Amino acid sequence: MKELNLQQTMDMLMEVCRAVIQSKQLLTEVDSSIGDGDHGIGMAGGMEKAKAALAEGAPFADINTLFKTTGMAMINTMGGASGIIFGSMFLGGLKGLEPITVLDGNTFTRMMRGALSAIKARGKAEMGDKTMVDALEPAVLAMEKLPDADWVTLMRAAADAAKTGVENTKLFVAKFGKAQYLGERAIGFQDAGATSVFIIFNAMYEFVRSH
Amino acid sequence: MKKIINDGQNVVAEMLSGYLTAYSRYYERVGDSNAFTYKNRRKHKVSIVIGGGSGHEPLFIGFVGKGLADAAACGNIFASPNPELIMNTAQAVDEGCGVLFLYGCYAGDNMNFDMAEELCALEDIQTAHVRIWDDCASAPKERKETRRGIAGDVYVIKVAAAAADAGYPLDEVVRIAEKARDNINTIGLATSPGSIPGLDKPTFELGADEIEFGMGLHGEPGIERTKMQPAAQLVNRMYDELKKEMLLQAGQQIAVLVNGLGSTTLLELNIVYHELAKHLTADGLDVHDVEINQFCTCQEMGGFSITILKLDEELKRFYDTACYSPYYAREALA
Repeated sequence: MKELNLQQTMDMLMEVCRAVIQSKQLLTEVDSSIGDGDHGIGMAGGMEKAKAALAEGAPFADINTLFKTTGMAMINTMGGASGIIFGSMFLGGLKGLEPITVLDGNTFTRMMRGALSAIKARGKAEMGDKTMVDALEPAVLAMEKLPDADWVTLMRAAADAAKTGVENTKLFVAKFGKAQYLGERAIGFQDAGATSVFIIFNAMYEFVRSH
Repeated sequence: MKKIINDGQNVVAEMLSGYLTAYSRYYERVGDSNAFTYKNRRKHKVSIVIGGGSGHEPLFIGFVGKGLADAAACGNIFASPNPELIMNTAQAVDEGCGVLFLYGCYAGDNMNFDMAEELCALEDIQTAHVRIWDDCASAPKERKETRRGIAGDVYVIKVAAAAADAGYPLDEVVRIAEKARDNINTIGLATSPGSIPGLDKPTFELGADEIEFGMGLHGEPGIERTKMQPAAQLVNRMYDELKKEMLLQAGQQIAVLVNGLGSTTLLELNIVYHELAKHLTADGLDVHDVEINQFCTCQEMGGFSITILKLDEELKRFYDTACYSPYYAREALA
């Protein structure tokens, strides 16, 4: 499969919402070790709202609006830093993108590169800061190495790279959030935001694999 | 944790419903959102919008009113309000003279208010912001712009709102708010954790006989954990930190805020000031005003903070004006 049509893209985003909502407990536990413990509630709440907004907004004219609806729902329900950051994961790649009704891997890769740039500009985080960037950036790099790949190959690479990125966050001290005050004591624990990035890419992979 | 709530998901909306219904003579909700405005606000002036995560009451809801902020945008528990809510709140009180956002310096608040300002620019609303970073235990002086905002918010809001009411233009209100912010420091001490309504887990763990100096409102680790001590020793340690940080010298005129973090009683807070006053007198400080109450809390967190504002003639003029909200009222000081 090289292209997703509008309905398939919508179904994939719905699958992402479901996967994150189901991971609420896991994310809460991961975040409780070194953070505020509210990441699971926040992400699940944002994705519940996104899912409802997608269902309510259908039919959509283009794929751009699907991503915009998802991102804005997250920003406007979650609040806090993670609302902006994860909302930007869906919104950040839309800048300058002509309205599209078919999504190919190359376009999606470019969108995720745009999202990564927007997130880094807004949150000022770099690789190694123990944030979601540690999972998102390797996923984008992995996708960029696979131009013209089919969706399954592309998303498997993205999910694998994100998973490795999550593992790597265990090695870092945190530069942001509550965990920054723990210094070396944060080492050994994975970052909750990076974990969410993996869950999102993995849900996309599972979706394209089974369709 | 026993909490007088219904569904943990609805605590902010239900709290605001109670507050705004009870005090409907003063306040009006912005649509059905978690934001509200002060009905009798002075017109044709710079508008002051405050906001941040909920759960710290009376901050922020209790600092909207006469001589105080014009509106507040309330986020979820301990989470910043979102950009759209902030923008709608600003729009509701904009008089065409500019809107000043005052909020505590936290990553989430900084990002959401920044994005709100971008949205306001699209609506031709002129905006500015002053981030409050009074907690001197949260980062060294060289990185003060990464420090957290805590009870010092009270003074910045009070002074900036008075300057706006006096008819100063936006850039001048910003200058005065920044001057207040740069002359305020706070240090806190935690004796027990708070909790997020709806969650069983406390925001941090602290031994039954332990206290932590400098611990943040959300359980951010502080500068030293020790065994519990008598009030005199606790205050001694905290005053030393403030004195060093603020270079306090004899003759300096100051205002002092003793703030309870949630479950610490007024009896205890007044004992804190009983001790603090001895130091202030011994060092020859000119104490212009003192307030002892709960201003900025973290649910049932135990402990207190001490805030000092160094006054000059200009700040004093704005500090001294009368203000009123159901949770924060003062007569004009002579």
